[in-house]
Amino acid sequence: MTIMEKNAKTELLVAALENGTVIDHIPSNKVFDVVNLLKLTDINTPITIGANLSSRKMGSKGIIKIADRYFSEEECSKLSVIAPNIVLNIIRDFEVVEKKRIAMPDEVRGIVRCGNPKCITNHEPMQTVFDVVDKENGTIRCRYCNKDIHKTEIKLL
Amino acid sequence: MDQTGRSLISLEGLDRDDILWLLEQAASFESNPDRKILDGKIVATLFFEPSTRTRLSFETAVNRLGGRVIGFSDAATTSSSKGETLKDTIMMVSNYADLIIMRHYLEGAARYASEVSPVPIINAGDGANQHPSQTMLDLYSMLKTQGRLDNLNIYLVGDLKYGRTVHSMLTAMRFFNPTFHFISPDELKMPEEYKEYCRINGIKFEEHTRFDEETIADADILYMTRVQRERFTDLMEYERVKDMYILRNEMLRNTKPNLRILHPLPRVNEIAQDVDDNPKAYYFQQAKNGLFVREALICNALNLLK
Repeated sequence: MTIMEKNAKTELLVAALENGTVIDHIPSNKVFDVVNLLKLTDINTPITIGANLSSRKMGSKGIIKIADRYFSEEECSKLSVIAPNIVLNIIRDFEVVEKKRIAMPDEVRGIVRCGNPKCITNHEPMQTVFDVVDKENGTIRCRYCNKDIHKTEIKLL
Repeated sequence: MDQTGRSLISLEGLDRDDILWLLEQAASFESNPDRKILDGKIVATLFFEPSTRTRLSFETAVNRLGGRVIGFSDAATTSSSKGETLKDTIMMVSNYADLIIMRHYLEGAARYASEVSPVPIINAGDGANQHPSQTMLDLYSMLKTQGRLDNLNIYLVGDLKYGRTVHSMLTAMRFFNPTFHFISPDELKMPEEYKEYCRINGIKFEEHTRFDEETIADADILYMTRVQRERFTDLMEYERVKDMYILRNEMLRNTKPNLRILHPLPRVNEIAQDVDDNPKAYYFQQAKNGLFVREALICNALNLLK
């Protein structure tokens, strides 16, 4: 098998996209968190999900390709709580027209569960709210009980 | 001051002037505690967790100001034991009362209540989180006995790891250039996050494990807390240290004349009985000060102070 053929074969694993979004550099164990956060199960256009793909930077990564769909800033910022290094490639007419890196928002609403079992948010039918207190290290603080959660301990609702 | 006529959930949002202004109001209630300012007002005290001391203090404050009190002192007798949400309880009570004073065992309960309630909320303690009226009465007691809040040497003794009152005091005192001394067994040391808070805010502190006459010689305020058995993972360690953090009268011989001893109460054995008669013992007056501070906080929440 020539190198050309080999490359063609690997690339065939993931179909090329005419228009849409390619979410790249997802940690392999977070692929389905991304699916849930962006509510991809409600989308009718073709979606390709790849997990445990080899990556030079990350060792192993996930990729999600969504045809004919673009995401708002708000939707993107949700992803920052689970994987701050994700990149969203915006594809138009087979070309990457923009590479979006996601920014940590100032507050995180209704996505993350507070880790404090005695926090009111774990006992009332209410939305959780966290203030992002350290964007670099990814520390968020529950607005109700004031407990800090580090990004490695974040659990989604 | 932006807290006027609003809920009091924590002291976080108050600045130096706000704190001093509220303490001034408390002093004016102390000189004249019986006023009919709350005539025709109904205040609800909702104690989802029992706390006799705090509840009696708040209810006395309302009564002395001519208001009336409704409420409960134990959640077991209310609908929350049937599974009613906190929101529903608050919505129901706010139909009847002009102000809600609440104690809850869950952290953040008061903030959530203030978000859903059409009437102001005063937090009388939410789990291990906040208890602003206790901190305000601690500050008032310091101001009253020392004549100032600035530049005090404050010694915090006992359980500095779990003690809610000592943590809130650090926050509230950040405007007044204090020097703190943290005296505790290793297992109950001041947590790193609070020491970091001190460093960020330029609050001076020293740590000690010895609690003796020499260590406290320079103290203006000695703030005692209880070392509780259930806080220890190593009971051998508890047995070793339990008697090391007891204040005895003879330890006060060489202390400064202006020293006053505070304690949030209830006390068990961390202050020996023979200290009670020492003029430097101040914990019972401190509890009494709570009444005047709470009169001020209640009137402020109802926007009744000029």
